[in-house]
Amino acid sequence: MYKYDQYDQTMVDTRVAEFRDQTRRRIEGHLTEDQFKPLRLMNGLYLQLHAYMLRVAIPYGTLNSAQMRVLGDIADRYDRGYGHFTTRQNIQYNWIKLEEAPDILADLAKVEMHAIQTSGNCIRNISSDQYAGAAADEVVDPRPYAELLRQWSSFHPEFVTLPRKFKFAVIASDTDRAAMRLHDIGIQIVKNAAGELGAAFYVGGGMGRTPMIAPLIRDFVPVDQLITYSEACLRVYNRYGRRDNKYKARIKILVHEIGKEEYSRQVEEEFAHLLTQGIEPPAAELARIVPFFADPPFEQGAPDSIDRSDPDFALWLDRNCHAHKQPGYAIVTISLKPVGGIPGDASADQIRLMADLGRDYSFDELRVTHAQNIVLPHVRKADLYGLWQNLEAAGLGTANLDQIGDIIACPGLDYCSLANARSIPVAQKISERFAAPEKLAAIGELKLKISGCINACGHHHAGHIGILGVDKKGVENYQLSLGGCEGADTSLGKITGPGFDEDGIVDAVERATDVYLTNKQDGERFLDTYRRIGMEPFKEAIYG
Amino acid sequence: MVKSQFRFRADEPVGDPAITVDNFGEQTNAAAVRIEPGDDARDLLPFLDRLKLVEINFPAFTDGRGYSAARILREAGYTGELRAVGDVLVDQLFAMRRCGFDSFAPDAALDPADAEAALTRWGDVYQATADGRHAIWAKRHG
Amino acid sequence: MKILTGNDLKSGAVVWWDGSGWSLHVEDAADAGDQADAILATESAARRVNAAYAIDGAREDGTVRPAHIKDRIRALGPTVRLDLTLKPVDPEAGSWVI
Repeated sequence: MYKYDQYDQTMVDTRVAEFRDQTRRRIEGHLTEDQFKPLRLMNGLYLQLHAYMLRVAIPYGTLNSAQMRVLGDIADRYDRGYGHFTTRQNIQYNWIKLEEAPDILADLAKVEMHAIQTSGNCIRNISSDQYAGAAADEVVDPRPYAELLRQWSSFHPEFVTLPRKFKFAVIASDTDRAAMRLHDIGIQIVKNAAGELGAAFYVGGGMGRTPMIAPLIRDFVPVDQLITYSEACLRVYNRYGRRDNKYKARIKILVHEIGKEEYSRQVEEEFAHLLTQGIEPPAAELARIVPFFADPPFEQGAPDSIDRSDPDFALWLDRNCHAHKQPGYAIVTISLKPVGGIPGDASADQIRLMADLGRDYSFDELRVTHAQNIVLPHVRKADLYGLWQNLEAAGLGTANLDQIGDIIACPGLDYCSLANARSIPVAQKISERFAAPEKLAAIGELKLKISGCINACGHHHAGHIGILGVDKKGVENYQLSLGGCEGADTSLGKITGPGFDEDGIVDAVERATDVYLTNKQDGERFLDTYRRIGMEPFKEAIYG
Repeated sequence: MVKSQFRFRADEPVGDPAITVDNFGEQTNAAAVRIEPGDDARDLLPFLDRLKLVEINFPAFTDGRGYSAARILREAGYTGELRAVGDVLVDQLFAMRRCGFDSFAPDAALDPADAEAALTRWGDVYQATADGRHAIWAKRHG
Repeated sequence: MKILTGNDLKSGAVVWWDGSGWSLHVEDAADAGDQADAILATESAARRVNAAYAIDGAREDGTVRPAHIKDRIRALGPTVRLDLTLKPVDPEAGSWVI
């Protein structure tokens, strides 16, 4: 894991002091709310329906147990005993007082954490593959590149008021676990024929009201020009991204309107100029960062055999554990999606317990996934049973990873001031409807995602089944879409037809899964069957 | 001509009125120009030798195009006065300074103590820009 | 009736104009009538309450019910965590929202 040096520490400490000063000026009335809003947003502080909400950055979703423990303590001390893990691998608290926000930042800074640029029209927290450093299929650990980008993007003076928010994802394997092509910039670290590392840049993806899959802008940027190329991408966007309409201000619209060839041409021109400016950190800087992400001291020859005699454990093992690159180890995903629960929420006690388990079972390391779960990346197979027993006892042993109960849901109208409809109650009802293990097993992998408004924080466009909540003359209404997918074969969902009320949408989801179960051929997932037979059979079953 | 509230230059301020970018190319004796958000700062690059004052206007502080305009001019070697005018707020001063502004003429005067604090708060920076500061990575690898 | 609501500057809590100040409880909401814009302008200038706005509501069953579901959720709290709302022991609190 990356460790701050004195420079990094001073940056976050200074930011705490700056925000304390800004908060003081707001409370004393020197700043209007219009002036203060961008300042607090740049520090992840929103005003939501019931209170302020603070979003804390978890860079590339990686954190250690001391950091995780502090996240639990903050939930107790400043909030109401829980936190919500988000689709950007961050955590947010729902009941924050403005006056206390600077104190929270000070607590975070003590464990090398912050809320810098977790909102606002700037470069946001950089997301990555939650299996980084543990997956067998990566060409290299993507996180050192994400860290390089984190530092470059923190307080970048030219990009403090972009046309709109800006999200990076960095991955380094062909299996995309980070929805990379649905980001403003998706970077895949690759190796060329000569064995050199470089970055493939996908620019102009995103969800929201105009979902787009990012096109490839350049297939290989040498890693020692990564920052310069990123700066060129951002400068073209800052200068020419639309500012007349906030719904057309994301870079995807710019790339779409001028075309990827023209965007790429402008970037290349700017890139050629910036290469003369000496803005790229030296190779020594990347070399300094890489060792922080070295493998932990794995036990050589750790046994691969696992006692599967407890059927509940075996179920969880098959569902929530993933192959590790190191023999004798596994990657464990802790589901934050208990039946009838609130997706992504965890109590302070659960957060602290996960911190302890990360310390005891996973070399002090945890990850947050964009699907709102927690990963213990390096667990000895021999320890899995003991770990699972601990999780079970704390209500964290749900075996449903990537199944219909493992729902991504935004906070929706229960918390969010932008939402048009509630998301969480729909998620709860669906997970209850599909609670039976045999039902879950029959349906298999099915990614269901719910957003409470068109901003698509719940990634509904990328759901095998997607649900979008809308406001229909003051009444909540839910649109169903099918066939979305993130990853290497990214696709966007298509709307089935007219929307439903809350109970109606749950019935419609069930009818869609029935169509799948009737039509599926050997080995097909819901998505595969949908792609083979198309929308019509589903429409007939849902509306017929 | 607008008067700067803060100016970080030793030379005498230019008295010429700042004219539009469109007019600047034709008025071959002009030395001061004002860039609006939609203007291309690179249109001025052929005239750097006679430019003494560039005002970059921020009609709304939320429009950040002026930051890129400032850096483009500095990166091209412009050494004259670079003045931020319009909706310039305390909390934008430092980023502006880093992008090459050395003069500020806010529509609403800023609290001098707040401005001083904002400009001196950050001892180190993560990026190399044309303001001459050494980025943290440069200090790490001396 | 026209009622006014916003969020308290310091705590972020939802507040309702009660005729002379701001209350945490929607049942205290007063009819601002044609004074809504004037009150909002004064209160906005005072900078103690954020983003205040006027909405339609109706007095019924001893309380005031905002016309839109969003403001009813603001008045109560999250429907999925009734324990954290202003009516933590009222099992019917959620149905008031819908």
